[in-house]
Formats: sequence, C-alpha cells, structure tokens
Amino acid sequence: MNFEYSEEQKLLKESIERWAQDNYSFDQRNASMNNDVGYSAEHYATFAELGWLSVPFAEDNGGYGGGVIDLAAIMEEFGRALVVEPVFANMVMFGGLLEQSNHAQLKAELIPQVIDGSLMGGAALYEAQARFDLSNIATTAKADGEHYAITGTKSVVLNGASAQKLIVLARTSGEQRDEAGLSLFLIDADAAGVSINRYPLMDGQQVADVSFDNASGVLISELGEAYGLVSRCMDRAQVALCAEAVGIMEVLNRATVEYTKTRKQFGVPISTFQALQHRMVDMFMSFEQAKSMLVGTLCELSDPETSAHDAQKMLAALRTLIAKTGKHIGDEAIQLHGGMGMTEEMSVGHYVRRLMMINLMFGDQGFYQKRFNQLAYQN
Amino acid sequence: MDNRFSSADLEFQQEVRAFFASEFTDEIKELIATSEETKAPAVKWQKILHKKGWVAPDWPEKFGGTGWSPVQKYIFESERCLAGAPDVVPFGLRMVGPVIFTFGNDEQQQRFLPRILESEDWWCQGYSEPGAGSDLAALQTKAVRDGDDYIVNGAKIWTTYAQHADWIFCLVRTGNFEKRQQGISFLLIDMNSDGIQVNPIHTIDNHHSLNEVVFENVRVPVENLIGVENQGWTYAKALLAHERTSIAGVADSKRWLMDIKEIAKQQSNADGTLFDDPLIQQRFSDIEIELMALEFMELRVLAKLSSGETPGPESSLLKIKGTEIQQALQELRMQVIGAYSGSLRIDQFNNDLQQQGSYARKEYMYGRAATIYGGSNEVQRNVIAKAVLGL
Repeated sequence: MNFEYSEEQKLLKESIERWAQDNYSFDQRNASMNNDVGYSAEHYATFAELGWLSVPFAEDNGGYGGGVIDLAAIMEEFGRALVVEPVFANMVMFGGLLEQSNHAQLKAELIPQVIDGSLMGGAALYEAQARFDLSNIATTAKADGEHYAITGTKSVVLNGASAQKLIVLARTSGEQRDEAGLSLFLIDADAAGVSINRYPLMDGQQVADVSFDNASGVLISELGEAYGLVSRCMDRAQVALCAEAVGIMEVLNRATVEYTKTRKQFGVPISTFQALQHRMVDMFMSFEQAKSMLVGTLCELSDPETSAHDAQKMLAALRTLIAKTGKHIGDEAIQLHGGMGMTEEMSVGHYVRRLMMINLMFGDQGFYQKRFNQLAYQN
Repeated sequence: MDNRFSSADLEFQQEVRAFFASEFTDEIKELIATSEETKAPAVKWQKILHKKGWVAPDWPEKFGGTGWSPVQKYIFESERCLAGAPDVVPFGLRMVGPVIFTFGNDEQQQRFLPRILESEDWWCQGYSEPGAGSDLAALQTKAVRDGDDYIVNGAKIWTTYAQHADWIFCLVRTGNFEKRQQGISFLLIDMNSDGIQVNPIHTIDNHHSLNEVVFENVRVPVENLIGVENQGWTYAKALLAHERTSIAGVADSKRWLMDIKEIAKQQSNADGTLFDDPLIQQRFSDIEIELMALEFMELRVLAKLSSGETPGPESSLLKIKGTEIQQALQELRMQVIGAYSGSLRIDQFNNDLQQQGSYARKEYMYGRAATIYGGSNEVQRNVIAKAVLGL
C-alpha cells in the first residue's frame, strides 16, 4: 500500500513546477490569457518540447505511455500554476478521443502532431438542449459518398476558438436520446458549412459554439458505436479535471493562510482571529478530503481487478466531492481575502473561476451525486 | 501508488474473518444488543478475544499484544465492524496499558498489564476536572508526598464507567511551575481506596456512563507513580494522537451505514421502500461519499505509519471528520426509523424496529459526546491551525 506519486512522477511534477516558477508568474500568466487566442503559443510549444504533452499517449502512438496516475500528476501541477494553455482541451479531450479512434491512418498522422504541439483540436460533443447528457444528441450525420455530411450545433467546445480540427459526436441512427447510433467524425474547422462562434469563459478559455450545415466529416469510430468510446475518454478527462482542481485548491488554501498573516485589522494580523483560523482549518480539511478521494480513485482505476461499475462509482463520488469541496474552498478563499478577494489584481479570483468552471464541466455536483446514487443504490 | 493488500495481508484477512464467524456467536450478539448493562457483556467478549491473543492489537508482543502492523490492525478493525462486533472498552487496553508498557517500570508492568489483558481490572480515566476540560493543563487535583504515599485531594469529572472501575489513572498536580504542564504527574489509584466517592452524572442518553470522582485525603503508594514525578503530561500527550486516530471510527461508520441502509430497505414508502426515496438516497450519499474520502485519508495516514513515520496533526483531522460523520449517521438512523427512535429502554420492546429505535436514540444522544471528548473538535481545530497552517 502506497499513496505517494512515484519518483518518476515526482520528477515530472517538479519539472512543471520549476518551469512555472521561472516563466509563469501571475502577471506572465495573465499576459498569456490576454492574447487573442487566450493562451501563449510559445508556452504551448515549450510544453511539447519538454515532453509533457506526450504523457497520456500510448508508446505505440509515440507517447510516454502514462496511466491515469501520470496524467493526474501533471494535471495537478498545471492546476497549481493555473495554466491557461489548452492542455486539457487538446491533449486530454481531442487527443484522448483520437487515441480511442479506430482510424489507424488518421491516428498515426495526427497524434504525433498533438504531442509535438503543432495541431490544435477541439472535442465537439455536448449540445445546448442536452445539458450534461452525452446521449442526447440531435446533430446528424448522413453518408455522402466516402464522407458524411454533418448538421447540427455543439455548445461550449473547448479550444473551439483555436481548433484546426474538430471531433464531432453525431447521430447516424436511432432516437435523440439513444446511446446507440452515435458516431464520431473528424472535421476541418475551416471546412465549408462550419461556423464558429467564439466567446471567452470566466476562466479565460476561448471556447466556441460550433454549427455544422452539411459539413463534410470523416468517420473515425465504428458506425453507431461511439458512445462507449467517448465514455472511456471521459473517464480520463474526469480524473484530469479533478487532479487540476486539487492543485488549485491547494494553492487557494496556501494563498489564504498567507494573506491573513499579512493583512492587519484592529492592529493585529487577521490570522490571529480564531473565527478565521477555524474556517481555514475547515478549508484545509476539505482539501485533504479531496486529495484523499483523488488518490483513492487513482488507485482503484489503476487496479485491473476493479470492475467497470466500481470504477464509475468512484469517479462519480470523486466528482461530487471535488464539486463540494471546491465550492467550499473557493467561497471561503474570497471571503477571507475580504475586499481584495473581489479584485482582478489578486490571483485568488482567477483560481476560483477556474475551479468553478471545472465544476460546471460535463456535470455539476447534483449530476454526479445522482449518478453515484444510481450506481450505488439501485442494484 | 496502489491500495492493494499484500498476499500475506489477504491471508490474515481470511483468518480474522473466520475467527469472527466462529467466535462472535449469535448468543453473544444477542446479549450485547439487548442488555442495558455494560460491563458483563463487554468482559465476556473481551475474554474471548484474549483467549485468541487478539485483545490488544496496540500492544507489542512481549507484553501480550499482537505485534500487528498498522495494515493488520486496519484489517482487524474492518473485519470486526463487518461482523458487527463491539470494540473493546478502551480505558485499560488502549489508554493506560500503552502508558504502562511505554513509561512504567518492570514491577508495574508485571502487576497491571496481565490483569488488563484478562479484563480482570476495569479502568477509568481521570483527566478532566470541573475547571479543566479542553484546557487540561489547568487541572488542580493535588498529590502531596507524605512518606511512602501521596495524599490526593480534588475531583475528576466526566469519568466514564467509574462506577464499574477497579482502578483509575489520573493526572495530578505534584508541583507548581511557571509552565503549568510541568508540575503534572501520572498516578494509578485503586478505586477501593478510602476517601474516594463516585457521584453519578445523569446524561441525555438516559444511560449511566459518566461520573464525578471525588478524592478526599486518598493515600496512594508512591510505587503507583508512572515514570518520573512532574513528567506526567509528556506521558499522557504521547498517547493522545493514538486515541484520536481510533476515534475516527471509519470501520464502525461503514458498518452503521450498511445497517441503516438495511433498515431503510425494510421501511415501506409510497413508491416502494424508504431507500428508494431520492431525498433519502441523497442523504445517504452525502455521508457515504465523505466516508469514502475519510477512509482513504485514514489509509494515507496508515501508509505513513507503516513506513515508520509517527502520526502528526492528521490525527486531529481524522478525529474531526470522523466524529462529524458518526453524528450524521446517528441522525440518519433516527430519521430512517421514525417515531420509534424515541423509545427509551433497549430491553423493553414490542418489535425489532422499536428495539432499533431505542438503540438509535441512545447512540444519537451519547454520540453528541464524540465531538467533545478526546479534545473537543474546536480544540482539534486549534491544533491543526497551529501545527499545519502555522497560525
């Protein structure tokens, strides 16, 4: 039994931490975010050079061959540094879907480009009417010679503003809420019939709602069998987001404790007030719960003996707890920073908004808790 | 990173499971579940554990303990709770025993330890006083040297099961120093000594467990002093972290959760059983998810212990969260049972649900103490603020 990252994983984490210390101060990070695309292409290229973007990909595909624990290790560190570069959107989502694809030729061509940072992609999965339901898909794909013609609208496509290619979940058969009959397509973002309506999210990401009007796409999954494939990719995505959230929570707690030690009121540092101390202890406790649940989930997911049902149950529990503890820590961090917590110039509000965004992605607390109840309590 | 047990540990788990299956009989289960009495059922069960050599998992082998690793202790606890077996009464086995084998002399070890293992002596803890609760170092009970004796005067309070006890281990003041913690000694006192009076304190669980113990010129032989005079605080403190870790009661809470689910499945509701109710399910998962996290938190502490680190302020964290979860479960148990949860006596019931209700009431009411004893949860927060956050 061992709940620490391995020496190799620690080295990986340290390399990100060191880079961030030298190149990614809060001001430098904001400068990246305020670029037109919402991140620094230069930094992103550096991530590729340092090999970080290869971590979750199989060795056969030119990757480092990392498992969920390796992925969590780097995402926790990206969370600490509050990295705005689209690592999650491009490496975990777009790259993750590609890796699950059965289209050998496209995989061989594109995954190396995701790893070397030259290709930007987006996963166009969810739709506005579906909220967090991945089977509720109205976008359709109709065979048109070798290709398919895709029609429909996807919401909050991460990296949507910069993506050169999109992976789109569309219905090739069945009713709107069926899990069967869904397929995945690769579409060039500049193809005819694709319109991209970009907008920023509160965490600085530049995303897009993307409409397809008979846009031409290549089938990259088994026809009608994409739901399971996307779900497998989403499992890793959940772990990545939760690890990022844990990194963020740790920074928020540290920043809050440090701030209360320097802020004086009534002639003394406000950290001397017991009312505030106990609130910070509760924040610390929330963090320890979140971290413990993450570590526990990583162990369960890496254990080949864990059943698919139990793995889903753990993930649902993890996301529920991350949402709950994340809200607690985020709210308290702002409150304990007082008026300063309301300002753009303090990092705390930026960390909180990223944390909030994570807890809105693919499902919120209620969504995951309901899922946990279904998995745990309904046989 | 992995949470798997070694094959040796898995074998051990089977051995423990088999033991509970054969030795924790229906007869003893029934005795514990339906008895208003505390001592006789506990002693009976502890003697069975002792016969197997498993009554003192925290003790080294040379003193009659099991010498188990932290992981083995965890497995034993989990299996005990799965079987629904009670924990041992902690005062002798968990509290004074470790003080005696760590800081006592040979004579004291030979005199007291075997009788604790055999449940021949029943111990109680004399720490808190009317004027010294969370601020334990404020204690005033005095022990003044007179020849080969100390003469003890003062009062201890919240003394659990003092009415059954043969011995009490006390923190007493033997000196006055600028630092209050320095003048405290650790003294073992025979409850049959002249000058001791036990006054019952009636508590909101309608059960007599707490007492005030008054000492009036009680003579205690100097040979009953543990370690060095005025160093008692150090001995007591060394074992507090230990106590707090076990207070988290993760395995017990898991068992309770299982039991409460079963009760909810027996209760009918408009659309099936009470357990089908989405609001009840949400209440369950609010607690269950936190309990899952707490278990991993405990395992993380355990893994550190296994690699030779000592438990630090994490034990305060486990204490706070563990007792909060216990209380949430006690509330849920009453909620699920309904009006029968008001039933007063556990030994007078018309049906199973009423018996369960009485148990639920007792657990809930006594359970209020969990966030108070062992250092109140507010004091634990002070500990974490200082030690972990540097506040």
